[in-house]
Amino acid sequence: MSNSEEDFNFAYLDEQTKRMIRRALIKALCIPGYQVPFASREMPMPYGWGTGGVQVTAACLQETDVLKVIDQGSDDTTNAVSIRKFFERVAGVKTTENTGKASVIQTRHRIPEQVLSEDQILVYQVPIPEPLRFLEPRETETRVMHALEEYGLMHVKLYEDISINGEISTAYAYPVKVNDRYIMDPSPTPKFDNPKMNFCPAIQLFGAGREQRIYAVPPYTKVISLDFEDYPFEASRAEKTCEICGATNTYLDEVVIDDKGTRMFSCSDSDYCNSQKS
Amino acid sequence: MYVAVKGGERAIDNAHRWLEDERRGDRKVTDLSVDQIKTQLSLSIAKVMAEGSLFDPELASLAIKQARGDLIEAIFLIRAYRTTLPRFGVGQPINTDKMIAKRRISATFKDIPGGQLLGPTFDYTHRLLDFKLLADGSIDEFEPGKDTEQMFQHVTQFLNNEGIIETEETSSSEAESPDLTRQPLEIPANRALRLQALTRSDEGFLLGMAYSTQRGFGRNHPFVGELRIGLISVEFEIPEIGFNIEIAEIEISECETVNQFLGSKTHPPKFTRGYGFVFGQSERKAISMALVDRALRWKELGEVSDGAPAQDEEFVLYHGDNIQATGFVEHIKLPHYVDFQAELELIRKIRKTAFEAKKG
Repeated sequence: MSNSEEDFNFAYLDEQTKRMIRRALIKALCIPGYQVPFASREMPMPYGWGTGGVQVTAACLQETDVLKVIDQGSDDTTNAVSIRKFFERVAGVKTTENTGKASVIQTRHRIPEQVLSEDQILVYQVPIPEPLRFLEPRETETRVMHALEEYGLMHVKLYEDISINGEISTAYAYPVKVNDRYIMDPSPTPKFDNPKMNFCPAIQLFGAGREQRIYAVPPYTKVISLDFEDYPFEASRAEKTCEICGATNTYLDEVVIDDKGTRMFSCSDSDYCNSQKS
Repeated sequence: MYVAVKGGERAIDNAHRWLEDERRGDRKVTDLSVDQIKTQLSLSIAKVMAEGSLFDPELASLAIKQARGDLIEAIFLIRAYRTTLPRFGVGQPINTDKMIAKRRISATFKDIPGGQLLGPTFDYTHRLLDFKLLADGSIDEFEPGKDTEQMFQHVTQFLNNEGIIETEETSSSEAESPDLTRQPLEIPANRALRLQALTRSDEGFLLGMAYSTQRGFGRNHPFVGELRIGLISVEFEIPEIGFNIEIAEIEISECETVNQFLGSKTHPPKFTRGYGFVFGQSERKAISMALVDRALRWKELGEVSDGAPAQDEEFVLYHGDNIQATGFVEHIKLPHYVDFQAELELIRKIRKTAFEAKKG
């Protein structure tokens, strides 16, 4: 692959496609948590690698933007590197690993630890946008359930979890209710990250390429994790300290460091960890 | 470790270089040319063009070479290229009556006007390895007879003249022929959209679905009314000059099935139809497509569904696309350790509670 930037339109997608995506984004922002169908395109990376997020980012990027890409919280995971390189090549935008300096952050599976600001956009890569999918496999059914705000099935599922396991046994992609209306899948972020979505000053955009859906949470919008009064939601993490920066309030990776299975814990958000060290 | 700190970028570059090296293989062996693929692996090319939804044998050959013969990877390359092309209009409906067929058979009649034309088929070959090809590839040229230069009326037309098969409805407007590659798939889909999805669906998926209907999961008793393979011209109306011009000649496979009839005391029974249409010589897929098309038509024909997978529009249309399927199935090899960590914490906590309860 030796194509230069001139072979592509800015940010790869043609302007018509970007306009189509922006329309879907605006609709999504107007109806927080509602899944807007959009004519997702084949991208030069596979479905499941973040094609939805990439299309949303491509539609948002301007030449002055500074882009950060993370996967599992880190800028150095292979897929984050690959997507960052893609936009460096096809959009020529500046990139950064510094959360505070980015204007657009594309993420897979994490929300940065640092509180985001009003002039930032957080783009999530979403595999299955439908929070009710594993309770009802048919899209035709789940769309009706959302339209009628028919969410009893979800509450029954959470109740059954408690009756079987003593607590809600969802550790990631923990369902939320947005603006007191739509139940939404926060993408497969650990539930530790859920509270960061609530009244977040940044725009949060979600792109599901293969499933052809876009949804959004506007700034300062109520996002509540589903729970019961007697079983309140709990943002859990490994009860350890980061062995690199000493943080006690971050989401930690558990790394096996020898054949005996010795574990080491360190921040999943690599940029936050670096900033705490120095 | 695929998340070696600060090593991701170099690892990716090296992986790409290694991949290129393996693709080229032993340098003592001549490099495979795109022309060789184009002229000698034409059935692979047919699959890549059909499932890539782009009729271009040259690019399909290039994609097969670049993908090291992995056809799904080649289809993906074609799809990713296709999506960057502008859509400049809608061609005129193709008239397959005007096909110059190299193969045309009917299983419903012993003989048909124009005759049964076997063409270049594997059907009656004995599947014995031809060891001669190991040593010497020279084959005498074959000159097809004059039979192959004529057009044939469709076999189902003979049944239609008698009124004993349903008449195929033609869509009259662009709105009735939506474009799956430009609009999100929404269910229920009309037949035009279903056929569009089926023709780009994975051949293996369709084959399995079709097979399941024959074994009783949504049985609809098909006969192959006609199977034809050949060249047809594609015409496009240029508004500025006000008439149609031929923009391409493409090879396609078409299958029309004649299926079990339906009727009542007041409406005399009629045969029904299934339809398959695929780029290139792809008759296995054309037949499969016709069977699945027919299975999906239960509602519009007033039948009762058996609840079989092949009758389930949402199931078939959402799961037949091999590029979507391969992406999502394979993506689980990407790092998921953040989610796994969350699960670890949860299962440890639940186990701890359970052990304590047992002790207490």
